[in-house]
Amino acid sequence: MTDTLPGAAIPNPLDEAAITAAVEAAVAAIAAASSLEELKAVRLAHTGEKSPLSLANREIGGLAKEHKAAAGKLMGASRGRVNQALTARTAELEAENDARILVEETVDVTAAPRRRRAGARHPLSTLQDRVADIFVGMGWEIAEGPEVESEWFNFDALNFKPDHPAREMQDTFFVEPPEAHLLMRTHTSPVQVRSMLEREVPIYVLCPGKVFRTDELDATHTPVFHQFEGLAIDKNLSMADLRGTLEHFARQMFGEEASIRLRPNYFPFTEPSAELDIWHPGAKGGPRWIEWGGCGMVNPNVLRAAGIDPEEYSGFAFGMGIERTLMFRNEVSDMRDMIEGDVRFSEHFGMEI
Amino acid sequence: MRIPLSWLREFAQVPAGASAEDVMTDLVKVGFEEEAVHRPTDTLQGPVVVGQVLSLVKEPQSNGKTINWCQVRVVPEGQEQTLTGKGIDPSGVQGIVCGAHNFVAGDKVVVTLPGAVLPGDFHISARKTYGHLSAGMIASVRELGIGEDHDGILVLSRIGLDPEIGTDAMELLGLYDQAAEINVTPDRGYAFSIRGVAREYAHATGTSFTDPASLVTAPAELSGGYGVKLNDDAPIYGKPGCDRFVARTVRGVDATRPTPQWMVSRLRLAGIRSISLPVDISNYVMLELGQPNHCYDLDKLAGDIVVRRAVPGEKIVTLDGKERALDVEDLLITDDSGAIGIAGVMGGANTEVSDSTTNILVEAAHFDEVSIARARRRHKLPSEASKRFERGVDWQIAGIAAQRVVDLLVDLAGGTADEAGTDVGTAPETVTIELPAAFASERIGIDFSEEQIVGCLEDLGAAVEKTETGYRVTAPSWRQDLETKEDLSEEIARLVGYENIPATLPVAPPGRGLTRTQQQKRRVVQALADAGLTEVLSYPFVSKAANDTFGVAEEGAARTAIKLANPISEEHGYLRTSVLPGLIEAARRNLSRGFRDLALYEAGLVFLPDGKLGTESIPPLGVRPAPEVLDGLFDGVPDQPLHLAALMCGHDSPAAAGHTPRQWDWADALDAARLVGDVLGVELVISQGSHQAFHPGRAAQLALRSGEVVGYAGELHPKLLAAHDMPARSVAMELDADAIFEAAADVIVAKHISGFPVATQDVALVVPREVPADAVLAALREGAGELLEDVALFDVYVGKGIEDGKKSLAFGLRFRATDRTLTADEASEAREAAVAVAAERFGAVQR
Repeated sequence: MTDTLPGAAIPNPLDEAAITAAVEAAVAAIAAASSLEELKAVRLAHTGEKSPLSLANREIGGLAKEHKAAAGKLMGASRGRVNQALTARTAELEAENDARILVEETVDVTAAPRRRRAGARHPLSTLQDRVADIFVGMGWEIAEGPEVESEWFNFDALNFKPDHPAREMQDTFFVEPPEAHLLMRTHTSPVQVRSMLEREVPIYVLCPGKVFRTDELDATHTPVFHQFEGLAIDKNLSMADLRGTLEHFARQMFGEEASIRLRPNYFPFTEPSAELDIWHPGAKGGPRWIEWGGCGMVNPNVLRAAGIDPEEYSGFAFGMGIERTLMFRNEVSDMRDMIEGDVRFSEHFGMEI
Repeated sequence: MRIPLSWLREFAQVPAGASAEDVMTDLVKVGFEEEAVHRPTDTLQGPVVVGQVLSLVKEPQSNGKTINWCQVRVVPEGQEQTLTGKGIDPSGVQGIVCGAHNFVAGDKVVVTLPGAVLPGDFHISARKTYGHLSAGMIASVRELGIGEDHDGILVLSRIGLDPEIGTDAMELLGLYDQAAEINVTPDRGYAFSIRGVAREYAHATGTSFTDPASLVTAPAELSGGYGVKLNDDAPIYGKPGCDRFVARTVRGVDATRPTPQWMVSRLRLAGIRSISLPVDISNYVMLELGQPNHCYDLDKLAGDIVVRRAVPGEKIVTLDGKERALDVEDLLITDDSGAIGIAGVMGGANTEVSDSTTNILVEAAHFDEVSIARARRRHKLPSEASKRFERGVDWQIAGIAAQRVVDLLVDLAGGTADEAGTDVGTAPETVTIELPAAFASERIGIDFSEEQIVGCLEDLGAAVEKTETGYRVTAPSWRQDLETKEDLSEEIARLVGYENIPATLPVAPPGRGLTRTQQQKRRVVQALADAGLTEVLSYPFVSKAANDTFGVAEEGAARTAIKLANPISEEHGYLRTSVLPGLIEAARRNLSRGFRDLALYEAGLVFLPDGKLGTESIPPLGVRPAPEVLDGLFDGVPDQPLHLAALMCGHDSPAAAGHTPRQWDWADALDAARLVGDVLGVELVISQGSHQAFHPGRAAQLALRSGEVVGYAGELHPKLLAAHDMPARSVAMELDADAIFEAAADVIVAKHISGFPVATQDVALVVPREVPADAVLAALREGAGELLEDVALFDVYVGKGIEDGKKSLAFGLRFRATDRTLTADEASEAREAAVAVAAERFGAVQR
C-alpha cells in the first residue's frame, strides 16, 4: 500500500510510472478490502484528500501550461480506474453483506410455534353434512324435526300397532308424565311423517338427526345416536327405484366399486321391507358385506296417516345410522370415542371426513 | 330360533355335507338373519368312547382326598384296540385315576381317551398323577359341555342307556349334530318352529318340503273329554283371549323314564334343557310344530277348566316358584281351585307334572297375540310360549300338536290315550286378499310372470284363485301376517329373490337446496371450528341442578324442564335447557386426560316446555287426523330451539419456543358469540349481564336490536367452576341460534364506498368508572353525525392523572365524506359534536 503519511513523496502527475504504481496500489488495496468498513478506509487512503492521487492531481495546477493537458488526461484516467474499481468492489461487498445478513437471519423452521389453535368439526356432524350434500345434489330436500316428539308421529303414524314390542318402555325414553304421549324420538321417521303432512307430493326428502334409545353406552351402543332417513313419495315408485337410489348414494359414499344388497326383513312402516347391506371395497380386513340399514316401500297405512292415497302414490324409505357409517367407513372401533367429547377424536379429523 | 340340522333334515332336503353355516346362508336369502352356530364338535373332539369300569380301588391321599384307581375297558372283550396313539393301551383296558365317587365297578361310563380335546381347549393325555399313569378321563356332563351337573361322572345307565363297550360316545349323545341359530323378524311367528323353518329352507333352496303336521294323524273331531269353558268377558280390541282349546288325556304314564338321547340332544342344541320326559315331550312338540302346549297332572286338577280374565286380588304361584299378583287383564287358565296358569305365558306350580304323575291332561290352545304380549310385559315373563303366541301361532295346528304330544307320551312314557278329548273354540274368519295382476310387478320393479306369482303364493301354502283383474288369495292358516296386497308382493319378491330387483334412479323434481336456516346453521358451526374451537356432541340428559344453574337467567323464574319417565340414570333425569352442562362434562373429561387448554363448542337442541305438554290421547293409525287433532299434536310438542354454546379454559394455543400463549378470558367468550353474529350479519347488542352461572361482574348479555335477549357470554362463576373442578377463569357463551337465524336479513343492502380521503381524529374522554364503554361509543357515534365512518375504542386507562372513580377511554374516529375531501375544520367540528353528546350524557371530559 502506498504510504500516505505526511512527508511522503507526492507523485508527479506527469510521472506515468509513479501514477500507474499509485493506481495499481489503490486497485490492489480495493480488491483486498474484505468488508465495507475496510473498503471505506481504502477509499479514504486512495481517493481521500491526502491520498497520493489526490495530491498528484492537485499538483496539476502548478504545472506548466503545455503539460497540464497530458497530466490532466493521465490523472483523469487513473482516478477513473480507481473509482470504477471502488464502485465494483462496493457492489460486490454490499451483495456479500446482504447475503450474509440473510444467512444470519436463518431460523429453524421446524421449530415454528403454532400460534393459532386449529379447530375441528365433529366427524358425525361433518359426515351428516356430506350425506345431505349428496342428496341435495340429487334434487332432494333436507327436513328436520323435534327430538322430543308426540308418540303418534313416532309410532302410530308409522303403523306401529299399539302393542308393538318396539313401543315398550325398555327401548323408548318417555317423557313425564307418560299419559302426555311424548317421547324422545326413537328414529328420524317422525320427520318423514311431518314432511308428508306439510308438503305436497311428490316428496323427496332426507331427514338426518339425533335419535334416542334406552341402551347403555358401550363399545357398540349409545343411548343417543344419529340417523339419516330418506323418503320418496311419487307416482309409480318401485323397489327398483329404491335400489337405484341406494346404489347411487352408496357409490358417492364409498366409491364406484361399492354396491348394495337387499335382504328381506320386517318393519312396520314398510312393506315390502329389506335389510340393506353394502359391499365395502375398502373395509378393514378386506372387502366384505356390511349391514348398513333398513329400507322398503312405504306401508300404505303410513301414507294414509298423512292423507296420501296409496292407490295413487307409492313411496320408498330407507334409514341408516351415521355412527355405524362412520365406524366402518372411517374405522372407528369404539362408539364411546364419538360421544365422550375427547378433543383428540375430533381434532384428528379436522374439518374433513 | 336354533335349528338342529338333524331335525331340519326330517322335513327338508338338506344336503348330507351341509354345515350350519351353509344352512344359514340359504335362510338369509329368504329374510332371516344369521345369529350363531352351535356345534359341539367345535370344542369337543374324540376319541370319546363308552367304557365299562372293571375295577376301582379307593386310595386315600395325604391331602385328605380319596381317589379311585380304575381299570376301564374301552374295547369289547376279545376284540382288538384299533385306536393307536400315545397313552392308548393296546389291551383295550385303560388305567384311569378318577376323583368322583358316584359310580361302582360294572358301570358304563364315558371315557375321553388320550388325544381327545374337551371344551375349554382341554387336551387329554396320559399323565402321572397320584402315583399312577392315568390314561384318560371318565367324564361328567359338564366336562363334555352338555350339562351343568358336575357332582359326578356320567353313568350311562342312569340316562337309560346300555350301549356296547367301545361305542362312540359322541354319536351316542348326539354330539355330531349342529344347530344354526337365526333371528326371526316379529312378523313371522310361524318360523319359530322347525316346521316353519323347513318350509322356508325349501323356499330358499327350491327343494321339497314335508309338512310335519301331515305326519300326524289326529281325529277329525273330539268329544267327551275334560270339561273346558272359554269365558272371556273382557276381550282386548274385541278379540277373545282364547279362541281354541284342545285338551287330551293320557293315563298310566311313567314320568320317571329317561328322555331318549336323540330328543335330549335336539332340545339341547335348540337351547332347551332336559327336565323330565313329559316336559321334554311338550317342549319338543312346541319346537317342532310351533304350538306351545302344556301338561297338567290330571289328578291335581279340580273340576272343569275355565279360561277367563283374572279377578281383582287374584294370585298365582307360577312354575318358577314365584307368587305373582294378577292383573284383571291377565288371561288365566283356572279350575275350581283358582288360577292354574297364566294363559300362553307360564303354567302354575300346583298342577305341575312330577315324577309321581301318572295321568296327564295335555293342553294345546290358541291365544290372542295382544293379550299374551301384555301379560308377558306385565309379569316380565318372556317364555318360549309367550314368544310364539305374541307373534302368532297357526290356529289349525292345536289339535295336531296335542295329538303329537299324546303319541310321544304313549310311545316314550308308556301311557294310554283316552279316546275322548276336548276341542272348543271358534275358527277365525278366512281372509281373502285381492291382488291385481300387475300390482306386484309395479311395486317391485320386476315383471313377474303369472307362473311366478301363482307358484310363489302356492309354495307359501296360500290358495290362489284367478279373477278377472288378478288373483284372489287365501293366506295359509300359519301366515296371519299376510293381510294386504303389499304383503303378498313382498312374499313374491322374497321367493323370486331380492337380488333380481333391478336398479333405476328416480329423478326428484327441481329442489331448492338447503333452506336458509340449514345454511345458517352450517355457516356458524363451521365458523366456530375455523376460529379454532373443537366441536363436541354431548348427551342432552342432565340433572335438575344443571338446568337450574345454566337455564333461564331471571331470578325467581320458573325453571321448568322436561323430566324423563325412564332415564338411564336418575342423576341425569332431565332434558337440557342449556348446552353448557354437556360442554362442562366434556371439558372435565379432557382435563382428566391431561388436556388443559380447551376451546369446545356444540350446536344442539334444548328443550323448553311451554304451556301444555303432549296430548291426553293419540289418534289411531292409518288415518290422517282431523286438522284440529293434528294441531293439538303439533302444539303439544315442546319448543326445542337450537342453541350454540362454547366453553374455553386454559390457553388459546400451545406454548412453544418463541411463543407465549394467551390465557382465554371473558373477552374471548364474547368474541365467539360476536363471531356468530358476524357470520350471520346480525348485530348482537352487548350489555352488562346477570346470569347465575356467570361471574357477576364479567358477564355480558347479548341481545338483538329488537331487545330480545339471545344469550350470555363471559367468565363462569368462580364458585361454580370450583364446584365442577374446572380451572379458574374458564369462560363460556351460549346463544339461541334459532332466534339469531330469524333476525338475519334476507337481503343485505349494499353500502356506498367513498373514494375520498379519510380524516382521523383521536379523542380521550374521562368518564365515571361505571359508564360502559359501549354507551360512550354509541354517544360519540350519535353526536358525530353522517361524516363518521367508524369509531373504535383503543385504550382504557385508569391510574395516575385520572381522578379516583373515573377512567379514561380513548377512541379513534374516522371521518369521510361521500362527495368531497373533508377539511381539518370539518373533521374537528364533527369530533367536537361527538364529544358534546358524550359530555352531555355521561359528563365526559376531554383529557
